Amino acid sequence: MSFPWAEHYTPKAPVMKWLDERLPLPRLVYGAVGAGYPVPRNLNYFWNFGVLAGVALMIQIVSGIVLGMHYAANELVAFGTTEHIMRDVNAGWAIRYAHANGASFFFIVVYLHIFRGLYYGSYKAPREMVWLLGLVIFLLMMATAFMGYVLPWGQMSYWGAKVITGLFGAIPVVGEPIQTWLLGGFAPGNAALNRFFSLHYLLPFVIAGVIILHIWALHIPGSNNPTGVDVKGPQDTVPFHPYYTAKDGFGLGVFLILFSILLFFAPNFLGHPDNYIEANPLSTPAHIVPEWYFWPFYAILRAFTFDFFFVPAKLLGVVAMFASILLLFFLPWLDNSPVRSGSYRPLFKKFFWFGLIPCVLILGYCGGAPAEEPYVMLSQLASAYYFAHFLIILPAIAYFEKPLPLPNSITEAVLAKHGAKNDTDSRGLTPGAVPAE
Amino acid sequence: MLRPALVAIGAFFTLMLLYSFGAGAVSYISEPPAATVEHEFHLPPKEVAFSFNGPLGHYDRQQLQRGFQVYKEVCSACHSLKFVSFRDLQQIGYNEAEVKAIAKQWAIKTPDVDPATGEMSTRDPVPADKFPKPFANNVAAAAANNNAIPPDLSLMTKARHHGSAYVYSLLTGYQPQPAELLKKFPDAATPPGLNYNPYFPNLNLAMAQPLVAEGQVTYTDGTKPTVDQMAQDIAAFLTWTAEPKLENRRSAGLAALVFLAIATGLAYAAYQNIWRDKKH
Ligand code: HEC
Repeated sequence: MSFPWAEHYTPKAPVMKWLDERLPLPRLVYGAVGAGYPVPRNLNYFWNFGVLAGVALMIQIVSGIVLGMHYAANELVAFGTTEHIMRDVNAGWAIRYAHANGASFFFIVVYLHIFRGLYYGSYKAPREMVWLLGLVIFLLMMATAFMGYVLPWGQMSYWGAKVITGLFGAIPVVGEPIQTWLLGGFAPGNAALNRFFSLHYLLPFVIAGVIILHIWALHIPGSNNPTGVDVKGPQDTVPFHPYYTAKDGFGLGVFLILFSILLFFAPNFLGHPDNYIEANPLSTPAHIVPEWYFWPFYAILRAFTFDFFFVPAKLLGVVAMFASILLLFFLPWLDNSPVRSGSYRPLFKKFFWFGLIPCVLILGYCGGAPAEEPYVMLSQLASAYYFAHFLIILPAIAYFEKPLPLPNSITEAVLAKHGAKNDTDSRGLTPGAVPAE
Repeated sequence: MLRPALVAIGAFFTLMLLYSFGAGAVSYISEPPAATVEHEFHLPPKEVAFSFNGPLGHYDRQQLQRGFQVYKEVCSACHSLKFVSFRDLQQIGYNEAEVKAIAKQWAIKTPDVDPATGEMSTRDPVPADKFPKPFANNVAAAAANNNAIPPDLSLMTKARHHGSAYVYSLLTGYQPQPAELLKKFPDAATPPGLNYNPYFPNLNLAMAQPLVAEGQVTYTDGTKPTVDQMAQDIAAFLTWTAEPKLENRRSAGLAALVFLAIATGLAYAAYQNIWRDKKH
């Protein structure tokens, strides 16, 4: 699609020719994830996570549809039907554990995917739209995961729903009506459970739709790469298939091994024991914590302990929590250094590795800990840095930093890495060509 | 225009947070949070060597049957097991006839409607029934137990951190309140009707020590029913009720990992092969 030297689809089998003339679906796939999409040749393993996120979504959709066949969204029986799946449905335990841990793995790969984008400047021109759509996917994922966690109707389901919808209650005047409207009542109950199930079933397909837009937008400029330098010619790229399908195949294998270890040998490791207690509106758990993938944001929420004049601390926390995600939408315009890749940005790199990454990890840790000292103080420091990093430091770095010299092209960078002078391979193929099968 | 606004927002949040941190630090130093009695006297569960520990461990069927014996003779008087059916006992080594007999002779009867009169009545459980609940409802349960409701035990070992070891520690952890505790926290004396147990999160629970003496349960396999043994056995049994598919899960996992290791090896070889002439 994107580069003039992209391969064109030529159907071989007569049936494909017939189909291609009437509905060019094979052509679309070929151009999207086949040999028709030229990709920089130097992508490292961090570029595996986009495909893996797609796989994780498929795992969630397939396992989720099967769970939906056995589950009933009614506060009287929801907990029991979940146990029915675990005990009486054929391989029900495997499907449910795959779904629960699949959500965690979805977030793990998406966080690594976001990390890749942040470090290598994938959010910068001309890929802003890819970044923005990615953030929309992330928000949809968070909504889906939150509602999914409510469905088993355990103690954490119930109290998590209560606390999170209660955040809206912090908004002055309209807050409480909004909370009541969201829940369909004053507290989580049947109305909330039913609508959460309905939306939880809907949103993954919305996510799939936004993923199509995300990939579409990606194919206009093509993929970024670890040097951040633009593709200059055919020698800089390889066709997605077979080169990156093969590499992604290997990445998928590693992903599935790690996933299986958790699913089959420690399926409750990332869960909370309280969710094996049926929801009980009369008994508040000692510590209400969301799932681990929300911990950094939960820590920011709880870091605000002082009112600002007439604005209560709770409201500040809520605003800051949403702001911590929404600010990422402005990132392409906050960081206007012309250099994309962090590898060539000495100052950026320092703040990234010694500032942002430790802060996010600290926030994650504190978000899962009880709201006591020293965790609150730690979250306050880490959140302060988080906001400063994106909203103050990043714009400032662009002015002060003197980037390292960039390679002239991707191929030059690759050859320099290998200490080679020219690019002809052992079979004397022209650069950028697909080897004959 | 946008950038200055964003920088200002960033500065606001950062300053607010640094101020909160400073204020929090000052009050933390000037009046450090008081130590709580739970903080000082709560104990983590004891280490127990269960046969199912570790990634490849299995249930010990004999032990599960002994644990069932403990449930039947002691715990079932107060605790339900609402997600487990009598016929599930076949998975721990009872045969069909034995299960039928266990169900028929169960001390608590299954509520039902009298087929002749339509009145509420009870009948002997059959293997397809779940274990009948000891109390008709929560009000009755609380009334009989000093206002505390004995929780259902089906999922108990998954509903607590380190559940199997926790149940064992709780059952063997009853003891008089340490004198040191009362000296340090004079207000923390165990209230009447509750029992001191350092493994329970808030140290005092409504359940009186259920396993008190050797021989409280008669074991048919010749194992000596010490309190420690009974506690281990019931903890193992409750691990099975919470995770009956544990063994299937682990063997399926082993097969999956062997398959995936081979497939991933092949995928790696294919990856190297396809890229062998392409510097990257
Ligand atoms: C006389 C009634 C009675 C008997 C018999 C009894 N329990 Fe309990 N049990 C209770 C009550 C009441 C509670 C609730 C305690 C509380 O919340 O303070 C309880 C709570 C528990 C808990 C939950 C503790 C927690 O962490 O919340 C476990 C586990 C437990 N019992 C196990 C057993 C086992 C195993 C047996 C059999 C060996 C048994 N119980 C026998 C009445 C009983």
